[in-house]
Amino acid sequence: MARPKVAFFDFTCCEGCQIEFTNYGDAAFLELIKHVDVVEFREAMSEKTKDPIDIALIEGSFSREADRPRLEEIRKRAKIVIAYGQCATTGGINALKNHTTDYKKCVYGKDAEMPHLDSQKALPVDAAIKVDYKAFGCPVNKYEVLQIVSHLLHGKEPVIPTYPVCVECKRRETVCRYQEGDHCLGQVARAGCGAPCPADGIPCEACRGFADSPNEPALEKALRSAGLPERRAKEKSRMFTANQRSDSK
Amino acid sequence: MSTATQDVKISVHHLTRVEGHGNIVVDVRKGKVEKCEWHVPEAPRFFEAMIRGRHYTEVGRITSRICGICSVGHTLASLKATEAALGIQISEQTFKLRELLKHAENFDSHILHVYFLAAPDLLGVPSVFPLVATHGPVVARALRLKRLGHEWGSLLGGRTTHPTKAVPGGFSSLPTRKELSELKAKMLAAIPDLEETLKTVAALAPKFPAFDRPTEYIALASDKAYAVYDGDIQSCMPDGKKQRYKVADYRKVTNEFMTPLSTAKYCKNKLDSYAAGALARFNNNYDLLHPEAKKVAQALGMKPVCGNPYLNTAAQVIEIVHTFHDSLRIVDELIASGIKDEQPVKPTKYATGAGAVEVPRGILFHEYSYDKDGMCTGGDCIIPTNQNHANIQKDFDKLLPEMLAGGKSEKQIELAMEMLVRAYDPCISCSTHYLDVKFV
Repeated sequence: MARPKVAFFDFTCCEGCQIEFTNYGDAAFLELIKHVDVVEFREAMSEKTKDPIDIALIEGSFSREADRPRLEEIRKRAKIVIAYGQCATTGGINALKNHTTDYKKCVYGKDAEMPHLDSQKALPVDAAIKVDYKAFGCPVNKYEVLQIVSHLLHGKEPVIPTYPVCVECKRRETVCRYQEGDHCLGQVARAGCGAPCPADGIPCEACRGFADSPNEPALEKALRSAGLPERRAKEKSRMFTANQRSDSK
Repeated sequence: MSTATQDVKISVHHLTRVEGHGNIVVDVRKGKVEKCEWHVPEAPRFFEAMIRGRHYTEVGRITSRICGICSVGHTLASLKATEAALGIQISEQTFKLRELLKHAENFDSHILHVYFLAAPDLLGVPSVFPLVATHGPVVARALRLKRLGHEWGSLLGGRTTHPTKAVPGGFSSLPTRKELSELKAKMLAAIPDLEETLKTVAALAPKFPAFDRPTEYIALASDKAYAVYDGDIQSCMPDGKKQRYKVADYRKVTNEFMTPLSTAKYCKNKLDSYAAGALARFNNNYDLLHPEAKKVAQALGMKPVCGNPYLNTAAQVIEIVHTFHDSLRIVDELIASGIKDEQPVKPTKYATGAGAVEVPRGILFHEYSYDKDGMCTGGDCIIPTNQNHANIQKDFDKLLPEMLAGGKSEKQIELAMEMLVRAYDPCISCSTHYLDVKFV
């Protein structure tokens, strides 16, 4: 692909995945912009374009029907759409409210039904438009995004891991959290992060969502055997996988 | 033609170079201001509802996701609130490591704001990208300093966007003495970049607009340090008079109220509005700045109480220097004492607690309640950008008539208003997407 026009768009999110782009440092960042033309990026630039885009990077969940036309317009203009970050790929942390019905009342009380506070279930971007590639993670793994873009520039198909984080823990010889008397979601979590959390003594929270075909009943059993009460064992995986669980509504 | 008798219509929809969405709407007919509004149409995210039923070990991880730029600060405010609720007293080592982590975030975010969001206005360009061609070494320097902030924070927090290692009671994993020495070496190597930054800012300083509207300034304050991680709440009035409040009483200071102009709530204390942020900290805590930072303040001609909101960006530069030197002190102390292998402190009770830290954009409050199983039953988060909304509106109310009287053009007014909002470095996506400028 000859010097593609790249644009960044955000929906319901914390914009942390955009921030990761500023964390490459001078070498990688300046090298990247030698190969792509950044034509729109509201958080960092005032320039805007109505021209066609080669690669649109979309961050954030689709959480308001009002955002659908903007998503459709981006799809029309873009040759390739990459959903990046957990909010855009699965609904992410925003979807943690999806199984509740009183979230508006809880936060806004008597103002809950005011029209500007409109919010629906938090959904991934592909609930509204076709998405070509997904870069998972909360936040996104910035090197994975770089790799996806690089693969596209070279006409290669990006490969995203479908196996669980446990594979990466074994590779780096991290002692299992369960062995340490802790619990963990590594056995059902999508890999690709390099499993830094268990290595730092923290259980995996599955911030890249579920791996392919997670065995949810077995997970619950493992969590209960690690000492979690039934309710906590049932709810544990919801933090980043609300839309992927079998009980998602 | 002078705008004093002119029509001015400004409508900035989704202001650029700020985090999140916000609008400005101005309507002037024959020199008379019909409308001058700072709009906050947010995409609500409902964090306070989402933490219900989650275990105390998860709450900070969830509320960290309120903001991608201040996620270290959200994590720390959350941990402080949880620890207050759970009767956890952290160790002195944890305190120092958290101060160092907090400094890293303020340094990192201030570099981002000063170079990437504010500087393009002062240089008359729409973004940092054209500067790559015209000011290549400056952009490379900015990216190097940004990277330093990221690596410095990552060493302590695991990563800077949604840190992993900071947990209730302490840290899940500690830096080694060797890693701290390596951080110190990296910081010392960055001193020439820092000095060049000061030169760049000093050269651009005359371009900060002259505008004065002293207000009430609210920040954390402590007798021991220029407060960023810990302290009481302090108010500084335009005449320099100060008053302290306990963090647990934060609602008495924030006094949230609804306004038809905004979907985000407004805050006020003694006046109709107050300011939080670098300038508020500068005005409250000037005496406790590192001597090197005071030198920068003098070079920029700033002293408390400074009432020019545009100089919040200059206050950030002063804080970059303070943060840097104070962090070198902490690193030296930690290297000298060595890092003790400490496990996170366990809860002693389950109740309600509040916590506050200074994030780049100002004072941040979190409060949570927990049941007997350590499960969260509810919470409250008041972010600095929300606390600044009313103050931005009051600044607009003074700025627009002054610019009209000065015969400024629509374009000049629009830029001045956009720059004013950017000076506050608003973090709109902090659960509140709020910024749309419309010239109707």
